[in-house]
Amino acid sequence: MSTQVLGLDGRLPTGQMRIEEMRMVGIVKRFPGVLANDHVDFDVRAGEIHALLGENGAGKTTLMRQLYGLYRPDAGKILINGVEQHFNSPQDAIRAGIGMIHQHFMLVPSLTVVENVALGLKSSRGILLDLDRVEKRVRELSEQYGLKVDPKAYVWQLAVGEQQRVEILKALYRGAALLILDEPTAVLTPQEVEDLFRTLRQMARDGHALIFISHKLHEVLAISDRVTVLRDGRVVGTRPTHETNKSELAQMMVGRPVILQYERPPAQLGEVRLAIENLVVGGDRGHDAVRNVSLEVHAGEIVGLAGVSGNGQRELAEALAGLRPVKSGRILLCGKDITHEPPGARIALGQSYIPEERLRDGTIKQFSVADNLILEDHHKPPFSRKIFLDFNAIREISERLVREYNVKTPSVDTPVKNLSGGNIQKLILARELSRRPKVLIASQPTRGVDIGATEYIHQRLLEQRQAGTAILLISEDLDEIRALSDRIAVIYEGEIVGIVDGPSATAEQLGLMMAGVREGGQHHLEKIRL
Amino acid sequence: MSNVFTIPVVLGIIYSGLRLATPYLYAAIGEAFAQNSGVYNLGVDGIMLMGAFSGFYVGMKTGNLWWGLLAAMGVGLLMGLLMAVVSVTLKAEQGISGIGLYMFGLGLSSLLFKKTMSGVESISGFQPVRIPLLGNIPYLGDVLFNHNLLVYGAFLLVPLASFILYKTPFGLMIRAVGQNPQAADTLGINVDRIRYITVSLGGMLAGIAGASLSISLINLFQENMTSGMGFIAIALVYFGSWRPLGILGGALLFSFVNALQLWLQVLGVNFPYDFAVMLPYAMTILALAISVRRAAMPDALGKPFERGEF
Repeated sequence: MSTQVLGLDGRLPTGQMRIEEMRMVGIVKRFPGVLANDHVDFDVRAGEIHALLGENGAGKTTLMRQLYGLYRPDAGKILINGVEQHFNSPQDAIRAGIGMIHQHFMLVPSLTVVENVALGLKSSRGILLDLDRVEKRVRELSEQYGLKVDPKAYVWQLAVGEQQRVEILKALYRGAALLILDEPTAVLTPQEVEDLFRTLRQMARDGHALIFISHKLHEVLAISDRVTVLRDGRVVGTRPTHETNKSELAQMMVGRPVILQYERPPAQLGEVRLAIENLVVGGDRGHDAVRNVSLEVHAGEIVGLAGVSGNGQRELAEALAGLRPVKSGRILLCGKDITHEPPGARIALGQSYIPEERLRDGTIKQFSVADNLILEDHHKPPFSRKIFLDFNAIREISERLVREYNVKTPSVDTPVKNLSGGNIQKLILARELSRRPKVLIASQPTRGVDIGATEYIHQRLLEQRQAGTAILLISEDLDEIRALSDRIAVIYEGEIVGIVDGPSATAEQLGLMMAGVREGGQHHLEKIRL
Repeated sequence: MSNVFTIPVVLGIIYSGLRLATPYLYAAIGEAFAQNSGVYNLGVDGIMLMGAFSGFYVGMKTGNLWWGLLAAMGVGLLMGLLMAVVSVTLKAEQGISGIGLYMFGLGLSSLLFKKTMSGVESISGFQPVRIPLLGNIPYLGDVLFNHNLLVYGAFLLVPLASFILYKTPFGLMIRAVGQNPQAADTLGINVDRIRYITVSLGGMLAGIAGASLSISLINLFQENMTSGMGFIAIALVYFGSWRPLGILGGALLFSFVNALQLWLQVLGVNFPYDFAVMLPYAMTILALAISVRRAAMPDALGKPFERGEF
């Protein structure tokens, strides 16, 4: 896009000077034991959305944190409009016109929207806060960019999508001409993503420079003008978006061809293995997080539970695993009432559980790979005889599992905390699947896992389905749910909004349900769009 | 027993209650600043002891109580600074470093006392100042408006602290740093600097709290004369949900119950002494158990801040 289209005075509608061009040249950043950025070149221009694509750990966030002054590069230069910059802190970057929307929102929940915006800024009234004036400006900006939010609300009262708008307003208020968005869609419903994209396109039209960090191919293709792919800290390549496609980008990310569509033979349904009846489960803050949920999972099928983060999925999974008390309702595992049974009893009946927090709940991170592999069955053969552990058998079986499940580890004695996310997940998978479970509860099995490992985990889950396991797949990743599920249940505010056939469900239909709109019906709760 | 509570006795209880609340207010409000920024300092009692000693010693040697007060503030500030170095820069476990600071203050004040004084001596502390007009109101004038300056100061500190925390950009920064230091950091706020300021300020106020005992209320110094008041002050911060007004409520409740039991003893009411002494503490535990709103607790309380761990 040429500068002429964007107006001649070089200013943005917010009154700030534009950043015509930002260049990062030969950026090198080392952390102990890791080369996070290896001579990275990257640039963005006014009026453009430039996507930065890569797996977890490819170095995207590290690169952007240097642009935002949170880290200092070990080598390389940052140039804005041709002038070299030295950022020692975010304050310097903000002053140069750079804003960043972090993946985990940088908001103080106990403060109001206006207070969050005013935080750290000089007040026009000296030692007194000037919140009225800030509020006025916030209203102007939110009008200008269609970022609807109540300036007087406390941040903890806001939905996730609104919190993100506060983050954008915060950056605009500080005069950001260049905005970095780190995985901004991870927590949004498909409709909220559309709203966000509309805002981003408008900002680009107005002359902002935007950097969009993501690992989701279809979003990158939908929103960006150019794409740069990072792998292992290096730039693999930069492409104009309209000249590339999903499979090329996926191959650039992973370094080998990737299967994006799975072969999925029709389900061979067996008996009901897991039956949930009118389940009510309390949340951490005393409210009912799961409300009257009923669901059945048959042998040989994958039931996907879709929903935006924080709608009761975690509580439901924990209740099914026996980690959270049930208020009312029943859970039947292979016909047996296990509602109030401890986890051990469920495991003994053939239930396996892949928890959402793999480091906290799925493993003991200081323990070795081998010790983690026998956590559940250490007390019985082949891992122990009488009161003694059988170390030879443990080593032999662990080494076999590590090989079979492709876990990359120096040895089975390595502490789990030294493994990457994808490999820890494969380790948990190895432990749970090698028990030949009758029922598998898989909670966010591929969150934070790279495409290569994701593909592997998906294949394994489909294999289990073929082997007749009843699988409940709980995921916030709609693509994953759609690729694997035979039936999809959507949860919103602790209730099942509807259950639809997996292969024929559209993203649009599921997105509406995730926002609380009943199947084929009107709005479930009005509060979503205020 | 009903005839015990005559008007003079009730007025007496209120008068002593207000005096007794003074050290708690200084110490607890100081601690509230530190905790709102995410650092809890368990060394308050040790700082109070050092403040009490230095206030008394300097006041006695110079014959000027203001020099004593200044010394107590300076010593408190330095001890607060020490706490900040250990817990903010060196990122030590705050609970342990606070206990260490307490032991240090307890030991050093006892040692200095033994080395510099031959025994418990008393001093003529700050004298009551009757406030014009208000001080002439019948009954209330005597009870409310005839105190020494440190008592007035403690009660003026409450609205002042409220104002700073809730009406100034600096207060906003303190609260943000205590709730989400990462967010504050990304906005260019120097998290460590804010914490240094609040912890040092808390130390200084604890120093004044100590001096309020030795040169304005009891007017003497003896070993471990605080007997745990600093810890009660920390409990008051929780009781008051980290807000100055809440702390005021807690401090008054505690002090009035304490004044009540003292008066009951003085009047010779037939009530077991041990239970009477226990009463305020038992009340505190009970009130804490019932009242603490964990939701109000600063999220980052006790957690050292490190950039990049998010």
